[in-house]
Amino acid sequence: MTTSDAPPVAALPLPSLEPLRLIDDDGCRTAQPHRAGFDLPDTETLRMLLRAMVVGRRFDSQAAALAKQGRLAVYPSSRGQEACQVGGVLALAEQDWLFPTYRDSVALTARGVDPVEVLTLLRGDWHCGYDPKAYRCAPQCTPLATNASHAVGLTYAARRKGSDTAALVLMGDGATSEGDAHEAYNFAAVWNTPVVFLIQNNEWAISVPLHKQSAAPTLAHKAVGYGMRGYHVDGNDAAAVHAVVARALAEARSGGGPALIEARTYRTEPHTNSDDPTRYRDEAEADRWRRRDPLARLEALLRSDDAVDDAQLAEYASRAERLAESVRTRLAHEPHRSTDELFSHVYAEPTPALRRQRAGVREAAARAERGGASNGGR
Amino acid sequence: MAGYTLGGALNRALRDALAADPDVVVYGEDVGRLGGVFRVTDGLGAEFGEDRCFDSPLAESGIAGTAVGMAMYGRRPVVEMQFDAFAYPAFQQVVSHVAKMRNRTRGRVELPLVIRIPYGGGIGAVEHHGDSSEAYYAHTPGLRVVTPATASDGYSLLREAVESPDPVVFLEPKRRYWARAELDLPVRTAPMDRAVVRRPGADLTVIAYGPTVDTALAAAEALAEEGREAEVVDLRSLSPLDDETVAASVRRTGRALVVHEAHEFGGFGAEIAARMTERCFHHLEAPVLRVCGLDVPYPPPHLEEFHLPSADRILDAVDRLQWESSWVPGASGPRPEASRTEVGA
Repeated sequence: MTTSDAPPVAALPLPSLEPLRLIDDDGCRTAQPHRAGFDLPDTETLRMLLRAMVVGRRFDSQAAALAKQGRLAVYPSSRGQEACQVGGVLALAEQDWLFPTYRDSVALTARGVDPVEVLTLLRGDWHCGYDPKAYRCAPQCTPLATNASHAVGLTYAARRKGSDTAALVLMGDGATSEGDAHEAYNFAAVWNTPVVFLIQNNEWAISVPLHKQSAAPTLAHKAVGYGMRGYHVDGNDAAAVHAVVARALAEARSGGGPALIEARTYRTEPHTNSDDPTRYRDEAEADRWRRRDPLARLEALLRSDDAVDDAQLAEYASRAERLAESVRTRLAHEPHRSTDELFSHVYAEPTPALRRQRAGVREAAARAERGGASNGGR
Repeated sequence: MAGYTLGGALNRALRDALAADPDVVVYGEDVGRLGGVFRVTDGLGAEFGEDRCFDSPLAESGIAGTAVGMAMYGRRPVVEMQFDAFAYPAFQQVVSHVAKMRNRTRGRVELPLVIRIPYGGGIGAVEHHGDSSEAYYAHTPGLRVVTPATASDGYSLLREAVESPDPVVFLEPKRRYWARAELDLPVRTAPMDRAVVRRPGADLTVIAYGPTVDTALAAAEALAEEGREAEVVDLRSLSPLDDETVAASVRRTGRALVVHEAHEFGGFGAEIAARMTERCFHHLEAPVLRVCGLDVPYPPPHLEEFHLPSADRILDAVDRLQWESSWVPGASGPRPEASRTEVGA
């Protein structure tokens, strides 16, 4: 009697200890072996990447400014990580799903989500401001690594319904320590689902450096233990991130199974606007990384190729400025608060107990509206 | 009339749900070829194929998390957690995502999924196989928490849970899996969010659910021989709670007793007691009492009889459901001398 119908085991190559790079820190094309068989995306794609990064960075700095002014409850900046967020997202097809975290607002804007809807969570208006199904973007996830298994389940269901939908899961280095990351990687590999896990390793999980998080040679090495492909890529090289994510998605879509990509990048800003990184890290380190800026590198390459000129760059900048201005204007008014909405989406229909609570809150809100104190009118 | 055990009725409910809706999928640890350790999924894989009923890796958080993703894409997953105490790794998924997804997305993403958990003790199992974890789930807004006590309710409630647009934590009283009843299936009993009166009685109300409903009925039978008529209310749904049916009964009888296997402290009975005190204060002849599991980790099998509520313990509590005998030594200060009519006079 057979006890197992296990498929044959295929050996997987170990990821390279050196991250794959297509563009070096100075904006020059790298030589093999740095390219590990990957080619630079075409010029049009590179221009698209640069434009989206310029817009994304302006969005990020505008959001950070709004947080400083107290117009957002909190803002976790992703400045310095644009190559990961934009490079990853622009590799997605229309029908694919994105599973972002709280630090991936730039990724969501690159996906085409209305920037004001992106900021709904961080402004404190509601937990998720956009329609996940309309954009095929899951709500931004805060509990680390917990959205990874959602992507596995969603793509599994999609395949059973005959769709070739793939998913990109964004996670940080800290998230890879969570049990949920392990469970999701394992489920994805066992079920052979088309999920690409993109780890933005920005060196710091709030104040904890990577070497206190993991003893793996690289985070990409983890992939091999699950039986999936692992890639190690320079996360400040938008061309390399895009090329690797695009290949991983294509392989996954054609039945090759999931992939784990470690993108080596850096969070040049504080964890959020309420963090003080001087307490745990050396500013010189951040400065070194700022000199490896993903926007500058791609711009230098495109300029040296005469693939972009001042006029185009000015157009990117003004597009970014228009977006920032629109965000400022649209967030200038006080948010509309509906206390009823607290009760509308707990269950499909509010329970009798919720209806009673709703009435009480309506009354309290009406008193507040009349300018009374919380015990006004008593 | 055919005979069904609770486990058999649940199996039939899953089979009928799989047949009725091609989006229903059943998965978890050992639910495929083995048919589940309690055989609730027996034969479903063979009948509906690997795509509809299948084994998953042994990881509860992954099971719950993938169910979230499947439901986001329009499937209706019915997942099994093998045992109550093995479901805790999934708690983060259940509390932070399963329960909140509708709310987080302003109703744009609903999660019609069911998490089946065999729960409770009384089967002589070793540690981590006898927890009553209902209060953890019932405390969480956005979850429906349902627990059947009979085979016909097992069938009906599970069918309704699968059809519900809300996520349901479906708690199966494992020591009742083998309890057999004469019934014909399919059957639809009272709606999922309703409590039912299992036995009418005028003298006191015994509120029970899941594994303690039969215990409460046995106690009511013994009380009847003493000439006292206990009304037994089976909650069926812990969240949302049909406190209207419970309160109506307590107003009729003036006395209430809650019975559950879970630990007393912070247990579901405390919620019932608080609600009945709020809603029926002027009808109560005595404090609302609880007959519960001890406030100790679930005991080893040779000691579990002291933990589990028994008919005898219910009868003892009924004796204390009098104004005069409700005083608890050491807990209530000096014994009040005043009779009831003089209090506050």
